[in-house]
Amino acid sequence: MAVIFQKPKALTDVKLHYCPGCAHGIVHRLLAEVLEEMNDDKNAIAAVPVGCAVFANKYFNFDAIQCAHGRAPATATGIKRVHPNKLVVTYQGDGDLASIGTAEIVHAAARGEKITTIFINNGIYGMTGGQMAPTTLPGMKATTAKSGRDPKINGNPIRVCEMLSTLDGPAYIERVSVATPAQVTQAKKAIRKALEIQKQGLGFTFIEVVSSCPTNWGLTPVKAMEFVREKMIPYYPLGVYKDITAEEGK
Amino acid sequence: MAKVLMKGNEAVGKAAIEAGCRYFFGYPITPQSEVPEYLSSELPKVGGVFVQAESEVAAINMVYGAAGAGARVLTSSSSPGIALKQEGIGYISNAGLPAVIINMMRGGPGLGTIQPGQADYNMAVKGGSNGDYHDIVLAPASVQEAVNMVMEAFDLADYYGTPVIVLADGLIGQMMEPVEFNYVCKKELSPKTWALTGKGDGEKHMVENLVIEASECEAWNQKHFEKYAKIEANEQAWEEYLMDDAEYAFVSYGTSSRIVRTAISYLRDAGYKVGMIRPKTLWPFPVKAFDKWDKNIKKYLDVEMSMGQMVQDVAYACNDKNKIEFYGRTGGIVPAVDEIVEFGKKVMGGDK
Ligand SMILES: Cc1ncc(C[n+]2csc(CCOP(=O)(O)OP(=O)(O)O)c2C)c(N)n1
Ligand code: SF4
Ligand SMILES: [Mg+2]
Repeated sequence: MAVIFQKPKALTDVKLHYCPGCAHGIVHRLLAEVLEEMNDDKNAIAAVPVGCAVFANKYFNFDAIQCAHGRAPATATGIKRVHPNKLVVTYQGDGDLASIGTAEIVHAAARGEKITTIFINNGIYGMTGGQMAPTTLPGMKATTAKSGRDPKINGNPIRVCEMLSTLDGPAYIERVSVATPAQVTQAKKAIRKALEIQKQGLGFTFIEVVSSCPTNWGLTPVKAMEFVREKMIPYYPLGVYKDITAEEGK
Repeated sequence: MAKVLMKGNEAVGKAAIEAGCRYFFGYPITPQSEVPEYLSSELPKVGGVFVQAESEVAAINMVYGAAGAGARVLTSSSSPGIALKQEGIGYISNAGLPAVIINMMRGGPGLGTIQPGQADYNMAVKGGSNGDYHDIVLAPASVQEAVNMVMEAFDLADYYGTPVIVLADGLIGQMMEPVEFNYVCKKELSPKTWALTGKGDGEKHMVENLVIEASECEAWNQKHFEKYAKIEANEQAWEEYLMDDAEYAFVSYGTSSRIVRTAISYLRDAGYKVGMIRPKTLWPFPVKAFDKWDKNIKKYLDVEMSMGQMVQDVAYACNDKNKIEFYGRTGGIVPAVDEIVEFGKKVMGGDK
């Protein structure tokens, strides 16, 4: 019988611990599929975060290192400088990347470090139980902003793609989501494009995935995807923020 | 190789290259900035990589990645920068990865002073990061010894799978001395089959840091401590200076031991039977030296450029806290020879 659907070989058989409706599982799968299609899972090294994806090293069926909270871009820099011909990917949450690790991501991007970052923006600290993230929307509730984020008290969210696209180091920056089947297809294309640009050695590549955390948002998986479409994406617009390959083509 | 006159900070950089290190990640800070300056021009000449990181935090986490990728890798800094590196040092220690970290200590705490100090003893020896761990700590007292220790540090790191800290100070970093690079590795090192290289056609590699089940985490710690026990048994190193007939022993390391050495010659001239135990490894602390000489020794004279951070280790080593007298200067002050001579005479009195 012909196999028409199977788990990518770039994922292990370890059972994912993610909640139902969580974007992490979808994005793991997309990354694994792309690496397998490129026949590059054997050349890939992932730098995984502190956050709900801390065990991604167990799920990815390729090399991986568990990094300190926010430091994956620095650790990935160390790996890439030793193995310039391998595909080095950081996989990070929004607390990890846009709060404690802001310096590391900005400078890896500015150096034009030839790595790919996959940034899971779910607007919340998932792993630690729903505290406010740097990306929590104004008005959105968190355990450390119980009546909703008030920019006057809690400051404003950070739009990372926009910020990084002001730098000269990045080669490709795109914001995608996985809240509709079409978005999932686009997200996969974006990840592939980023990895191909890395392979060509053109510079730093960055894919933000506007994601869901039903558990800490207090929503059902279906409602959470609705929230992504109706609230998150208007604040974090999808699209390509930087593409030096397109600029070259002009 | 003929001797060349080199500044300490440049000599340790060259020592790393001679030891096969091709990766340096660091951040400028006085009094060690000549290390990154030197390596920024020298590493590319041998096909190596120099990255000026955005912070010491980033630098040590780059070291974590490069070490995980199987490379010989160095970072260096001075006290406040080393304080910032503690997070990464803990992660590298927990992952059991080899790395070499040079600390050209200055006076503290906080921003402190840029003058030489030895007040990072506790941070290096007692573990400045969280959790149960030890790193090997080597304490050179000259530029030549710093060179030898940096080269040996890479072997120790690879052999045991642990960070090695070379704990020198601003004086050694800034001083010029003739040096040669003729250290030879005495250890048999196995290939780094665990390193992150991409899995190729084989099994995937993992460098792990989270061991969430308490029972597994305890077992993980215990494995580290089996390694530490081996290091304590095999790697204690010290110098014995005029100990054969000594009734009193200075205990001093690094720059302060240089001044003690001169003070001892004055005290010997004055008829005192005094020598020195100079720890070359601060962790493991050379307890064996004390086991060997303790029965002859009436008092230990601990001299440091700190407020006495090593005293507890000396007390533990000789098993008698009442046998120790301490003299220290801190905040960037290097003690003068006559201060040490005075201290010695006060402790030893008329006992010649
Ligand atoms: C130095 C440090 N500070 C704090 C923590 C606790 N901590 C673990 S995960 C996390 C937040 C993770 O949130 P995010 O990066 O958004 O990932 P998510 O779980 O949402 O995917 C925090 C604060 C830690 N492990 N280390
Ligand atoms: S807590 Fe949120 S981010 Fe974490 S696994 Fe559950 S849904 Fe995903
Ligand atoms: Mg998050």
